[in-house]
Amino acid sequence: MNGNPIIKLGNTGVYIVTDLGKMAVFMLKAFRGVFRHPFRMKELIRQVHFIGVGSLAVIFFTAASTGMVLGLQGYYSLNKFGAEGMLGSAVSLTLIMELGPVLTALMVAGRAGSAMCAELGIMRISEQIDALDCMAIDPFRYFITPKFLAALISVPLLTAVFDVVGIAGGYVAGVGLMGVSPGAYIQGMQSSVTNHDIQLGIIKSFVFALLVVWICTGRGYFVREIRGAGFGAESVSRVTTQAVVLSSISVLIFDYLLTAVLL
Amino acid sequence: MPSAIDFRNVVKTFAKKNGELQSVLNGVSFSIPAGKTTVIAGGSGQGKSVTLKLVLGLMQADAGQVFVHDQDITRARGREMERLRTQFGVLFQGSALFDSLTVFENVALPLRERTEKSEAEIKTLVEGALAQFELSGHEEKYPAQLSGGMQKRVGLARAMQLKPSIMLFDEPTTGLDPVMTREIYHLFARTQAEFGFTSVIVSHDIPKIFNLADQVIILNNGEMDVFGSPEEIQWSEKPHIQEFVKMTMGDIYQSHLVEK
Repeated sequence: MNGNPIIKLGNTGVYIVTDLGKMAVFMLKAFRGVFRHPFRMKELIRQVHFIGVGSLAVIFFTAASTGMVLGLQGYYSLNKFGAEGMLGSAVSLTLIMELGPVLTALMVAGRAGSAMCAELGIMRISEQIDALDCMAIDPFRYFITPKFLAALISVPLLTAVFDVVGIAGGYVAGVGLMGVSPGAYIQGMQSSVTNHDIQLGIIKSFVFALLVVWICTGRGYFVREIRGAGFGAESVSRVTTQAVVLSSISVLIFDYLLTAVLL
Repeated sequence: MPSAIDFRNVVKTFAKKNGELQSVLNGVSFSIPAGKTTVIAGGSGQGKSVTLKLVLGLMQADAGQVFVHDQDITRARGREMERLRTQFGVLFQGSALFDSLTVFENVALPLRERTEKSEAEIKTLVEGALAQFELSGHEEKYPAQLSGGMQKRVGLARAMQLKPSIMLFDEPTTGLDPVMTREIYHLFARTQAEFGFTSVIVSHDIPKIFNLADQVIILNNGEMDVFGSPEEIQWSEKPHIQEFVKMTMGDIYQSHLVEK
């Protein structure tokens, strides 16, 4: 009877709905942890350091190379229309509204998200989370809430760093290498970037931060309950891969949705 | 005798990979007397760990109730659950020490998180506990730097910090050599005599573990058999118990002949 495709489909449907429900409750509990006493400030600072400061180098390099490629590519395209004066506005708008938030979130998912997922997964399979529960210490307040808050603080700041470094990279490539006028680059940027564009970028970075930390910590926390994950060390490695892929895809999907709604 | 834990008609089933349901506990009822040691034995996959998780409220029963000091833990939520859990001390199979914390921080954790004690008081208490479990001088080490036996002792020291009335031990001697196993058993006997807690031990280590037992529960195919002493198990006429005795204890076993 288990070969019946309708039953399989039904089981999969039930699994997905249950999983989404558990993840929703997981997020609510993570936010409830903010109001539980005592709040662990030190852990929050440690996590901001891990997600934020720890990701600075990778963000810096990604932003610089992205900005420089945009500078070259933009110059090549705009030059065809004799509009290379628009390079500053093209580079800065692309970075602030799209590439800054998206690439920052993808980098954080790969670097910090994977680490958070693996950490929670290992804590789960070695019964450390059960041990916290048994000592009546709320695991959310203890170490999941600080991760949520740290991501919501760090990712928007990293996005800002990404934007600035990327725009500087575009300047180096466009002005330094291709000979665009520095005044035109800066002027183009100042005249075309509006508050609304920056707000869109900030909203995106908050939403992406939430998606990444939610999916990565949630997958690790529920490592034992994920279908097809297997057991032991293998389950943690599979679930970590799944978490990074799932959070990256959600970032891209939400990027489109947010752009469509807010632009 | 007052009971610390009561199982009433508890049912727990799991879905197997092929979708069939396997019943791990099939409407079992039993009591665990307060202040005594109960050993839960049975083959792999017979629901020993499930029983512990039900007691701790880490897992929900499909039907029936589990009472802890006359309060139903199957219905407890939130703060009520937290309050019930503060009565437990648990020594996990793999010790479940926090690997990013030192030995000192591990033992101090329940005191720091669950009490209002000052750092100075906590330091005195933790150092005392570490000395009691012969762990002095290892305060700054991380769990990964300790042997299996030392990890168990740290786990035990941590579990005892909030003065639990019920101690649960999940396979406490798995992975330990015979000398260390005996040391752990002595430690159990000593700490229980000192603190008088109710002790529930889930173990494979038959027959040695029976030395500690005031009551033995044997789990088999979702059913439970309760015995007052190791000898009583041998007198049982049930075929599956006889089989169990033959496999684990040999043909003749008398607890008073085993070295204490």
